Amino acid sequence: MSEPLLQVRDLKVHFPLRRGIGTPGGVVKAVDGVSFNLQPGRTLALVGESGCGKSTTAYAVVGLERATSGTIRFDGRDITALEGRERAALAQDIQIVFQDPSSALDPKMTIADSICEPLAIAGRSRADRKARVAELLDRVGLPAALAERLPSALSGGQRQRVVIARALALSPRLLVLDEPVSALDVSIRSQVLNLLLELQRDLGLSYLFISHDLSVVRHIADEAMVLYLGTVAEQGPVDAIFERPQHPYTKALLSAIPLPDPRAQRHREKIILSGDLPSPLSPPVGCPFVTRCPERIAVCAEERFPLAAGDTGTEAACVHVGRQLIG
Amino acid sequence: MSERANTMLAIEGLAIEIDGNRIVDGVSLGVETGRILAIVGESGCGKSLTALSVLGLLPGAARVSAGSIRLGGRELTGLSEAELAQVRGNDAAIIFQEPVASLNPLMRVGEQVEEALLLHRGLSHAAAREEAIAIMARVGIPDPARRARQYPFELSGGMCQRIMIASALICRPSLLIADEPTTALDVTIQAQILDLMRRLRDEVGSAIVLITHDMGVVADLADDVCVMYGGRIVESGPVDAIFAAPSHPYTRLLLGTIPKLDGARKTALRTIEGMVPPAGAWPEGCRFRTRCPLADEACEQVPPVVAVGASHRAACWHVDRLEAMA
Repeated sequence: MSEPLLQVRDLKVHFPLRRGIGTPGGVVKAVDGVSFNLQPGRTLALVGESGCGKSTTAYAVVGLERATSGTIRFDGRDITALEGRERAALAQDIQIVFQDPSSALDPKMTIADSICEPLAIAGRSRADRKARVAELLDRVGLPAALAERLPSALSGGQRQRVVIARALALSPRLLVLDEPVSALDVSIRSQVLNLLLELQRDLGLSYLFISHDLSVVRHIADEAMVLYLGTVAEQGPVDAIFERPQHPYTKALLSAIPLPDPRAQRHREKIILSGDLPSPLSPPVGCPFVTRCPERIAVCAEERFPLAAGDTGTEAACVHVGRQLIG
Repeated sequence: MSERANTMLAIEGLAIEIDGNRIVDGVSLGVETGRILAIVGESGCGKSLTALSVLGLLPGAARVSAGSIRLGGRELTGLSEAELAQVRGNDAAIIFQEPVASLNPLMRVGEQVEEALLLHRGLSHAAAREEAIAIMARVGIPDPARRARQYPFELSGGMCQRIMIASALICRPSLLIADEPTTALDVTIQAQILDLMRRLRDEVGSAIVLITHDMGVVADLADDVCVMYGGRIVESGPVDAIFAAPSHPYTRLLLGTIPKLDGARKTALRTIEGMVPPAGAWPEGCRFRTRCPLADEACEQVPPVVAVGASHRAACWHVDRLEAMA
């Protein structure tokens, strides 16, 4: 296997809470020991429900959150604690696209100026910038005539294309995509997903793709990592995760997505979890999923199991997976 | 649409205008007792306005300009605010997308659940509290007596949605309108709420109108479906027929754009050209024609509503040419 473009080892992002009225203090372990590799030209999806740590993990990669411990390597170089000028220079290689394109664009800047901004910061000449804007608009499938318009004149789908064009301006190698189609209308989503697939194919981009929509994840990602309360429940190739999930949480999550097919949906076995996610302030002592797990046994309340290879090609952190290998 | 004996809600020829623009145009639908009708469509298609108009909850600028809305045979259009207040929470109730924003943050959730009983049934506080706790238990709130004394901020999003559902159901309304009830929730919590709504239909026998943009939720929960585009119903019918034999080009394309869990990965998905036009900027005739691969001159006229199967209708000039879309 080739050298990973992005290598994350035992990443922890903890947020200490200040003691105050209604807050007893403590530490929220938003990300608590996450490791993964992302190969060049591939897509890794981070999936899970709110509070699982998927966005915090991605923000640590782009430097929007500071890692409490662990290492993040990009192209072999340790970028965990980069700051100031060095961190800014990394924008050449790593860019992020957020969920809501309307709030990601300055309403008073023309489309051309928005797309130009990273180029101006990087010190490109005016002529250079102009040529690049035209090229980028074409690349994301927008007419050149939109360059001098304001974001308010564009539809949601067009705005997201502009945000993608801006992220591509410096020719990065890694794009972090944080729910890039969730805010878009259903009929527009497939256009943007197709664009992302096309860009990856043509430019060899790597994607760290965050989504709660598992049918989108299955379509676009090569690998997936299922997070629960800041820890990895299961990770592996997308096919294996979707067809032969090992972790009870992955199974429940998959069974909870309603299929757009009424007959299949009616006859499908549905795992309905009871209860809510535990508070991240006081996660369970043993397995994080123990309070809702339909397959728990006594030991799960006491012990947390590390990821172990199952026999389907995924790794899962569950007492029922791969234990016979370790004994 | 002919009204059957057990039709709870019957809407006929409904038009809603904002500043002279017909945002909802000629919507007719019916929901029977013990059935769930999903109204599905993208933002701006008029699905929420249609739902809000039933309970007289349209935003200030919008008004019903034509049509009739009958609940259990009684005409609701033209009722005074006082008369509508008697209907709301009593005969018909609504739950919204944002449970946390829809609850009063300064009121204990138990009081919010029992409010309708105090208003409509004149129960004593003690009796109302008892019923509130019973219904909270029924919608799956653990330890309801303790929860009843808490404020919305102390509850999770899923719990707040259960509180909304409990307060909507406490007077056993014959009609429940659910406007994107699970859109703001995580999927394992969504599964719980969908399961709860299914039980309500089966056990309480309410007629339910479900507003959603999520075809998976429609497939999971609906008995019947109305697909809206540009303020009109473009297709309606039983859920199996809509999914197995979508008969309006829009429905067909929309279903085709969704990645399938058993489809080929990383391949180009089907797309619908262009974008949803802003309200009021719709083309004459068929409002989908500017994005429709089958469109021709005929589509410049408003399309007829064609029966394509049992209780299955599509508003299209070209239902016989759908194969051409392949």
